Amino acid sequence: MAETLTKQDIIKDENIVYKKTKLMTDKVLSYCPGCGHGTTHRLVMEVIDELDAQANTIGIAPVGCSVLAYEFMDIDMQEAAHGRAPALATAIKRLMPDKFVFTYQGDGDLAAIGTGETIHAANRGENITIIFVNNGIYGMTGGQMAPTTLPGMKSSTCPYGRDVKMMGYPLKITELIARLPGTYFVTRQAVHTPANVRKTKKAIRKAFDLQKQNKGLTFVEVVSNCNSGWKMTPVKANQWMVDNMFPFYPLGDIKVDGELVK
Amino acid sequence: MTEEIIIAGFGGQGVLSMGKILAYSGIMQDQEVSWMPSYGPEMRGGTANVTVILSDNRINSPILTQYDTAIILNQQSMDKFEPEVKPGGLLLYDPNGIIRPPERKDINIYKIEASKEASNLGLPKIFNMIVLGGYIKIKPIVKLDNVMLGLKKSLPPRYHHMIPDNEKAIKRGLEIVEDVQKV
Amino acid sequence: MAKELRLMKGNEAVAEAAIRAGCDGYFGYPITPQSEVMEYLMAEKPHERTGMVVLQAESELASINMVYGGACCGKKVMTSSSSPGISLMQEGISYLAGAELPCLVVNVVRGGPGLGTIQPSQSDYFQATKGGGHGDYKLITLAPSSVQEMYDFVKVAFNLAFKYQNPAMILSDGAIGQMMEKVVLEDQIPRLTETEIIKKCPWATTGKTPDRERNIITSLDLDPARQERHNLKLQEKYKKITENEVRYETIDCEDAEYIFVAYGTSARICLKALQLAKEKGIKVGLFRPITLFPFPVNQIKEMAGKIKGILSIEMSAGQMIEDIKLAVEGKIKVEHYGKMGGIIPSPNEVLEALEQKIIGG
Repeated sequence: MAETLTKQDIIKDENIVYKKTKLMTDKVLSYCPGCGHGTTHRLVMEVIDELDAQANTIGIAPVGCSVLAYEFMDIDMQEAAHGRAPALATAIKRLMPDKFVFTYQGDGDLAAIGTGETIHAANRGENITIIFVNNGIYGMTGGQMAPTTLPGMKSSTCPYGRDVKMMGYPLKITELIARLPGTYFVTRQAVHTPANVRKTKKAIRKAFDLQKQNKGLTFVEVVSNCNSGWKMTPVKANQWMVDNMFPFYPLGDIKVDGELVK
Repeated sequence: MTEEIIIAGFGGQGVLSMGKILAYSGIMQDQEVSWMPSYGPEMRGGTANVTVILSDNRINSPILTQYDTAIILNQQSMDKFEPEVKPGGLLLYDPNGIIRPPERKDINIYKIEASKEASNLGLPKIFNMIVLGGYIKIKPIVKLDNVMLGLKKSLPPRYHHMIPDNEKAIKRGLEIVEDVQKV
Repeated sequence: MAKELRLMKGNEAVAEAAIRAGCDGYFGYPITPQSEVMEYLMAEKPHERTGMVVLQAESELASINMVYGGACCGKKVMTSSSSPGISLMQEGISYLAGAELPCLVVNVVRGGPGLGTIQPSQSDYFQATKGGGHGDYKLITLAPSSVQEMYDFVKVAFNLAFKYQNPAMILSDGAIGQMMEKVVLEDQIPRLTETEIIKKCPWATTGKTPDRERNIITSLDLDPARQERHNLKLQEKYKKITENEVRYETIDCEDAEYIFVAYGTSARICLKALQLAKEKGIKVGLFRPITLFPFPVNQIKEMAGKIKGILSIEMSAGQMIEDIKLAVEGKIKVEHYGKMGGIIPSPNEVLEALEQKIIGG
């Protein structure tokens, strides 16, 4: 029997293992191959889709690599000035308490220029969710030192490695936030393996569920790579992240149900 | 009719609130009013003053350098504002703490022993109302009824129980003001 | 119903006006001489009166960006501050203008530069009318000269802001903020419901429903051609505002030989100077710009043909005078008189300046 299989024969419901996320637009992602942003975008959109919350969600894009997040996410979005996303989110949530409100921010945006807004939104216990992608470098502007750049790590503004005596220490803002009474759920995840992707999605889902219950600020850090900025292949960048970033930024829940995890 | 008044003394003497009650009294009789305080760190216990204007017409400048009336409650204010009373104008002062009484010959001068009277009555807080009573006795530009309405309007409800004491003080002021010099 | 009258500070009038104008949210940070705005709002519990949100932010940076977030949702939102705080807000104001968002910013001006003084000043004219932040943009700028106008202009500013989708500013000063005058209050305007907002502001981020495309609010467009088109659209809008929204007041200008041009507190001083001038037989009038952007260029230009000279009175080194000179096109003499550092010139000084700089000069 020499019947040829057509494309249509293959694309049958029982054969499909992966579909484009419904709430992602058709726009081609502007991220470098191997970057964690695409996966993280997708996970946030999947969660909103599962919650059937497209009509009830307002997202805020930062300044940084994900400045154009609103081009990829098929929801109403606002573009904030650098670092100010939590201030926007605060106002939106207070003016429209029934909506899901989240910010999507990188490390420069959230932990350098926007530290004040981040800490105070967290401390007020705003019922918003912050998705924080930490790759230890300024990707968009071309690989400069970030507040989360590791000691000794090279960047275009610390070309001989971060000298903590001169440039200060990397800021563990997630641990800092977790100590504030206004935060309810704080976790650190990654998206470099299928298992981690599943865990991250669970964490994002949990954050949004808790937001619905008005529990306070929920915060999901995703430790990610930057193969361009780190000047490595994607595979090598992931390995470097496991070997160097994770020891400094260990994965796992930091605060659950308003209690610090021991 | 336009009456331009400066009230000046120490912070805490009720200078600003006396001005406020006067301004509210003007509103009660359909006048235009303005109340312009000195503001800033000097409010914390130093000198305080407020310019109050009552007029039948639109009020132009809320900040003045010459006044129809100066109500003076300490020596610094006497030094500063005695020269700024218009010729033929009024200077009303409480002699308590005044070491150099007014010297001008071309203005009407009255005094009122308000702080002494307030402590005699055992009501030091309503000292400013005694002064206000003295002022409206000399210049009845606002009716007593309207002052009482103004008082009620400018006090938050939680202080309304103090209205009878305030009224008593205003009436006492009407009685004890005395003229020093008339031109 | 009898008119509701109240003796209020300019700052309190702004706050009461905001509640009654149906404002949805106020976000601010304390600074003298305007802290009474938020103090009054907090004491009034507008969340109980109308559902209005009032929040003390951690900085002026945060408050203007909260305004941005609220404005993106089509909400009637505002902030207030004084000069140093307004400088901090310039980034956010530029973003609001770039993204074409309506909002109200109240500046109760104090003397500068730097920390300056807490006393009244008019030295933020350039910042308010020429841009202030980065990029080519304009704020609709209203200059109240009484407490009643502080009250009235809140509603006017919100209406203009929504009409043109542009930030509006009330440019006041410490004197008007701190002084009390009689205010006639208007009835409460109800806040808009979400359905009403969606109808009035179809661009707002209220949540993407199946019947429309997603709404995105951004001031970013990396494509120069599109960015230029956006800028041209903005300029077109400012032109329309200039054509339609000029406001001013004239007093005794009909047979005047000389004119004071002054706004805000300075205009009040000039009113008194007019009185003093009349006693001396000097024919002088007052032209009071109410909108500083749009500036009443044509009206001043027309007037210049009939008079001998203009004295611009400002509590600054002379900022508005540049706009007056542009309008007058060199036809007549235009001079500046003013005080800086928080000093308010006296009516006598103003009149003397007229006699020396314009009449005798």
